[in-house]
Amino acid sequence: MTTTTTRPTTRTGATRTGLTFPQATALVAGREVQMRLRSKSFLISTAILLLSVLASVVIGGILSSRVSDDRIPVAVVGATESAVSDAPGLEARSVGSVEQARELVRSGEVDAAVVPDDSADNVTGLTVIGDSEVPSGVVSALSAVPNVELLNELGQSPSLAYIVALAFGLVFFLSAMTFGATIAQSVVEEKQTRVVEILMSTISVRTLLAGKVIGNSLLAFGQIALIAIIASVGLLVTEQTALLALVGPAVLWFVVFFLFGFVLLASLFAATASLVSRQEDVGSVTSPVTMLVMIPYFLVIFFNDNPTVLAIMSYVPFSAPVGMPMRLFLGTAEWWEPVLSLGVLLASTAVVIVLGSRIYSNSLLRMGTRVKLMDALRG
Amino acid sequence: MLEVSHINRSFGDRHVLRDVSFTVPPGKLTGFVGGNGAGKTTTMRIILGVLSADSGVVTLNGERLTEDSRRIFGYMPEERGLYPKMKVREQVVYLARLHGLSASDATRNATDLLERLGLGERLEDTVESLSLGNQQRAQIAAALVHDPDVLVLDEPFSGLDPIAVEVVLGVLKERAASGVPVLFSSHQLDIVERLCDEVVVIADGVIRAAGPREQLRDEHSSNLTELLLDGDAGWLREMPGVSVVDFDGGYALFDAEDEPARQRVLQRAVTQGGVLGFTRQRPTLAEIFTEVVR
Repeated sequence: MTTTTTRPTTRTGATRTGLTFPQATALVAGREVQMRLRSKSFLISTAILLLSVLASVVIGGILSSRVSDDRIPVAVVGATESAVSDAPGLEARSVGSVEQARELVRSGEVDAAVVPDDSADNVTGLTVIGDSEVPSGVVSALSAVPNVELLNELGQSPSLAYIVALAFGLVFFLSAMTFGATIAQSVVEEKQTRVVEILMSTISVRTLLAGKVIGNSLLAFGQIALIAIIASVGLLVTEQTALLALVGPAVLWFVVFFLFGFVLLASLFAATASLVSRQEDVGSVTSPVTMLVMIPYFLVIFFNDNPTVLAIMSYVPFSAPVGMPMRLFLGTAEWWEPVLSLGVLLASTAVVIVLGSRIYSNSLLRMGTRVKLMDALRG
Repeated sequence: MLEVSHINRSFGDRHVLRDVSFTVPPGKLTGFVGGNGAGKTTTMRIILGVLSADSGVVTLNGERLTEDSRRIFGYMPEERGLYPKMKVREQVVYLARLHGLSASDATRNATDLLERLGLGERLEDTVESLSLGNQQRAQIAAALVHDPDVLVLDEPFSGLDPIAVEVVLGVLKERAASGVPVLFSSHQLDIVERLCDEVVVIADGVIRAAGPREQLRDEHSSNLTELLLDGDAGWLREMPGVSVVDFDGGYALFDAEDEPARQRVLQRAVTQGGVLGFTRQRPTLAEIFTEVVR
């Protein structure tokens, strides 16, 4: 029997249909996720990571509430005295007028002042006055969330900014490295075990690469989302709602930027890894990409108080996932800036995918010695 | 009918395939023979679309192959390998699904085939825990699980034990009998001689001979004739127009200058006594091979 096209039914009666690109990609991505979730070392390391996030949030909460055991001195004016004396951890000091209260805050004699506020949009009727940073201890101690007024507007407190920078940098670094290394190993595994030739004769190289990048990006994204959720729930449970309100929007942007930023890195990891044929060579061949992951981490830690460095970081595609959320947190970015930066990131991701899949498809069958990058690009 | 037409391919400065053309008819086993580095694997990779040709086309029933139409191919690469950490059946099911089988069909086909190949007890074991021979069997299952309409197998018998060779042979013959073109490469010429109806010989990237096996043997048969008598054949030396190449009692191998001279030998032999054999010597595949690749 001869046919010119795909037979709908085969000798054994099985139905064989042509897979569409998304269907085949989903199969490849599904295998990547499934195999990863089956790895004990992956599950254990993820559990440890999530537990340490939860632990740092809870310990931070306990430490800050212990500080408030010392009772924070707060200046109050007549009508607000009852609100403050009801709150645990605050020590009310009555003064005659709002002006006197401000004076005490400026001089540092009290940490904050709680004054009445009659404006219509303020449902609590209270305003908290702080010096240069939001007196979060005071804000969270009050049963109702008041308005906050700062005398010396500096943005976020430097210490909090450092912790947030460290958190963004570290989470980005750890997740990108973990899943970048995973996709690199998975590419080389297929080359080293030669299974790649069967795969290439079955599905297109584009499908294979897309499936691997999507599968690993989903895992990375899932891990980041879990970290964000656990951190938020941790803050809620330990009643650090003021902190959550401060960090929340930046965390959301971080998750969005990470998703696309990781696709970019995953494509680079896959393309560079395809140049070699042995697991032993993965580390050295992917080291330029590893550098791209490490640089934003160090930059954000050392320069989180330098607006120029942060501004540049927030537009460079590799560091934008760390830089832009950081600027959003500090309040130094306009509303359109994350959108523009996301656009730049998307465009560069598209370019990298095109170049990466070219390198990938030209290198997959070249076993043995390391393929030169220029040869792989030329084909 | 699978048809390879005027394929050229270079790697850098090395021109590894030159104007390679041959056909693989349906319903027959076609053997693809050639020395190491002759271009067998490159040709097969180009048929499967794993490599691209610099020029030339591969067609199936007159139509150029596309990514979609290649999905009905079953391919066993020379470089074997499966995912070491996946379970045997899971692995074969995955490959079947990439070929477009539904999950249930894929599972059924994979289970049947693996059981037939003697891996019924090992379905849930990881591939890396299998012996090399059993990994080979799993590899064969991977090439056949989607009921391919065309089979291209690169050295399918290397590394197999005799039982597995017979199983694979059985499957290949069965598939060929149902009208599937089957192309397989081998450097074991005796296997190709025994199994294949069609033979393609490649050397240095050039097709040296291609066609039905018997036709090739006829084409490459020499003018030599074998004579087998129940008595002594010593008289042959005195025959005019005849030169004896080999002689041993009742056996003689001779070269006749023309057909009448040959016929005179036969007439004389009949008058001398019993003639046990009188045949034009036909070369074995191995002899054709050494002749054409020289």
